[in-house]
Amino acid sequence: MSEKLLEIKDLKVRYVVGKEVSEAVNGISLTLNKGETLGLVGETGAGKTTTALSIMNMLPQYVSRAEGEILFHGKNVLKMKNHELRKIRGKQISMVFQDPMTSLNPVYRVGEQIGEVLSLHEGKMPKEELRKRVGEILEMVGIPAARQDEYPHQFSGGMKQRVIIAIAIACRPELLIADEPTTALDVTIQAQVLDMMQELRDSLNSSILMITHDLGIVASFCDKVAIMYAGEIVEYGTLEDIFDRTKAHHPYTEGLFNAIPNLNVITPRLNPIHGLTPDPTELPKGCKFHPRCPYATDACKEGAVPVLTEGEHSIMCRRVKDRFKQAEKEEQA
Amino acid sequence: MSVPVIECIELKKYFDTPFGKLHAVDNVSFKLEAHKTLGIVGESGCGKSTLGRTILGLHKATSGKVLFDGREIQDLPAKQMKPLRKEMQIIFQDPYSSLNPRDTVSQIIAQPIRIQGILKTPSEIDARVQELMDIVGLGKRFANTYPHEMDGGRRQRVGIARALAMNPKFIVCDEPVSALDVSIQAQILNLMMDLQDQMGLTYLFITHNLAVVKHISDDIAVMYLGQMVEKSETEALFKDPLHPYTQALLKAIPIPEIGHRNSIKNVLKGEVTSPIEPKPGCRFAPRCPYATDACRSVEPQLKEVKKGHFVACHLFDDAKECTE
Repeated sequence: MSEKLLEIKDLKVRYVVGKEVSEAVNGISLTLNKGETLGLVGETGAGKTTTALSIMNMLPQYVSRAEGEILFHGKNVLKMKNHELRKIRGKQISMVFQDPMTSLNPVYRVGEQIGEVLSLHEGKMPKEELRKRVGEILEMVGIPAARQDEYPHQFSGGMKQRVIIAIAIACRPELLIADEPTTALDVTIQAQVLDMMQELRDSLNSSILMITHDLGIVASFCDKVAIMYAGEIVEYGTLEDIFDRTKAHHPYTEGLFNAIPNLNVITPRLNPIHGLTPDPTELPKGCKFHPRCPYATDACKEGAVPVLTEGEHSIMCRRVKDRFKQAEKEEQA
Repeated sequence: MSVPVIECIELKKYFDTPFGKLHAVDNVSFKLEAHKTLGIVGESGCGKSTLGRTILGLHKATSGKVLFDGREIQDLPAKQMKPLRKEMQIIFQDPYSSLNPRDTVSQIIAQPIRIQGILKTPSEIDARVQELMDIVGLGKRFANTYPHEMDGGRRQRVGIARALAMNPKFIVCDEPVSALDVSIQAQILNLMMDLQDQMGLTYLFITHNLAVVKHISDDIAVMYLGQMVEKSETEALFKDPLHPYTQALLKAIPIPEIGHRNSIKNVLKGEVTSPIEPKPGCRFAPRCPYATDACRSVEPQLKEVKKGHFVACHLFDDAKECTE
C-alpha cells in the first residue's frame, strides 16, 4: 500500500460577500498517495482553484469559510498557525499558477525570484552558492543558467511558465499543485512543458495535483482523475475507469466527452451539454446537475445523491446506482 | 468557376518597430469560395489575427491585394469602404473586452444598424434586434442587461448577433471559442455552423485549436511566422500532413483517450523565432529536424504537390508540381 500524502475529508468552502453566500466547494473528499498524479477536471466555477487554494490554506481571509479537514502528512492544514504554514508553503507544497504573464514580479530578476524560495527555506547561504543552485534549477527546466540575470519581460510565455515551475520545484516539494499550467501556452510549447513536468515527476518522485479542463492532458499525464461539477466530485477513478467509454459514467462526464471535437472521429455536429453551470449562490436542490441532465427524474430534484463505488471508481448519480442494481439482479438471475 | 468571396494576392503587412520591420503577414495568397470555411491555424504571434484584420481593412496592407467579390478593396477610401463593411464582419476572441461595458445588449446589437442607417425608426430597430437575439438564442429578458451581467457564452452570442446585424456575406471569426468552456464551446460552434447553412455565410476561422478547426473548416491553412506553410482540404491535411511544422503541431495535441499516457513527446525543440527582420531561408528551419543548408539560405515557395494540397518546404523540391 502506498503512503498517503494528502487526504481531504469533507471539505466545504463558502465565500461570503455581503448577504450573498457562494458555495464554491461542497463536501469533497480526496486522497493523494505519494508519487501519484491526480487530475482535477471541471469547467470554470466548478471549484477547482478554490480546492487548490485551500490545500495551501491560501483562501482570501475575510470572505471565505472553510470546513472539513485537509490532512497533509496527517496534520490538518486548515488549523495550522501562520508560522507553521510558512514552513510548508513553497517547501513541501508548492503551486504553479495558471497565468505565467502575471505571476512573476516584473521588477525582480528571474534568478532573484527563484533564489528567494531557497534562502527562505534552506537558510542563508553564500551568494556564489545561491547563484549556482539557481542556475542548476533553471537548467532542470531547460533554461540556460546565464539567463538568471534577466527580467521576466525578456522571456517568452513558455519560458516564463518554466521559470514559475522552477520556483515551484526549487525546494523539491512533495506535492506540486499545478493550476492549469499550460492553458495560456501554444500546443507545441504545452507539449514541451508537460514533457518537462513528466521528467521532473519521475526524478523527484513528487505527487502532482493537476488542475485542468483539457481531457487530453489528463489522458497523457495523470494516474487518477476526479471530475468536479458545482463544487462536488461527481466522478472519481483511475484513468482507465474514467476514459473507458464502455463503463458506467456520470452524465456530466459523458457530456464533457461528447462536447469536445475529437480529432480521430468525424462528427457532423457536436453534442453540447444543455444549459449553463449553476450560479454558486443559488445551487439547485438535490443533484446539482439535474437541470442540465438528460436523464433527470423527479427523484433527482431532491435529497442527497447516492454514491456508487466499485473498486476505486465512484460515481455520484442516482441513475448509475439504479443501473448498477439492475445489472446485479440480472447477474443473480 | 465563380468569383471567390475573398481573394488575397501576395498580401503583406509589416509593422514598424524600433528594431526594424516586423513581418506579421508575409506574402499570403489564397482564395475563399462562397459558403466555405477556411481555417487559419498557427501559434500565437504567427500573424493569424493580423491577416484577418488586414483583409477587413482594419490594418492597412503594406503591399499586395485583397479582392472582395472580385473588387480590390485594400486602398479604398473610408467613404467607399463604409457600404462594404456591411458585407464583411468580425467576431472577436474575447467576449469580455469586445463589448462596450456601458451599453446594454440591445444597444450593442443595434449599433451597426444605426451607423449604417439601414433602419430609421426605433421600433424597426427594436424589432430587428429582437430578431437577431432570437437567431443566436438569446432570451428576450437579456435585451436590457449589461455585458458584465452575462456569462462568457452569452456574451459571445451578443458578439455574433452584432456581426450578423448587417446580413454579411463574410465573417472573420478570430478565435471565437477560445475563451469559453468546452460545453459552451460546443454550443457556439453548433450555432455558427447552423447560421452558415441558413444564411450562406463564408467564414475565415482563426484558431489555435486544431480539434475545433478540423470540426468546422472545409480547408485549412497553417501559418508560421507570417507565412502560409501549408494549405489543403481539411481531411487531407490531418491524414497526410506534409510540412514538418504541421506534423509537429498534430503530434503535440494531447488526445483524450486511454493508451496515450506519456504520449506527449517533445517533438519540437526551441521556440518561435523573432518575426522582426527575419533571416533569409525557411523561417521554420531553426526548429526543423530535417533542416539542411538550403533551408537556411533559400526561402521555400508555396507549391501544389498534390491536387489542392499546397506546401512551402524544400523537402518537396523534387516533387512534381501538380498541374491538374
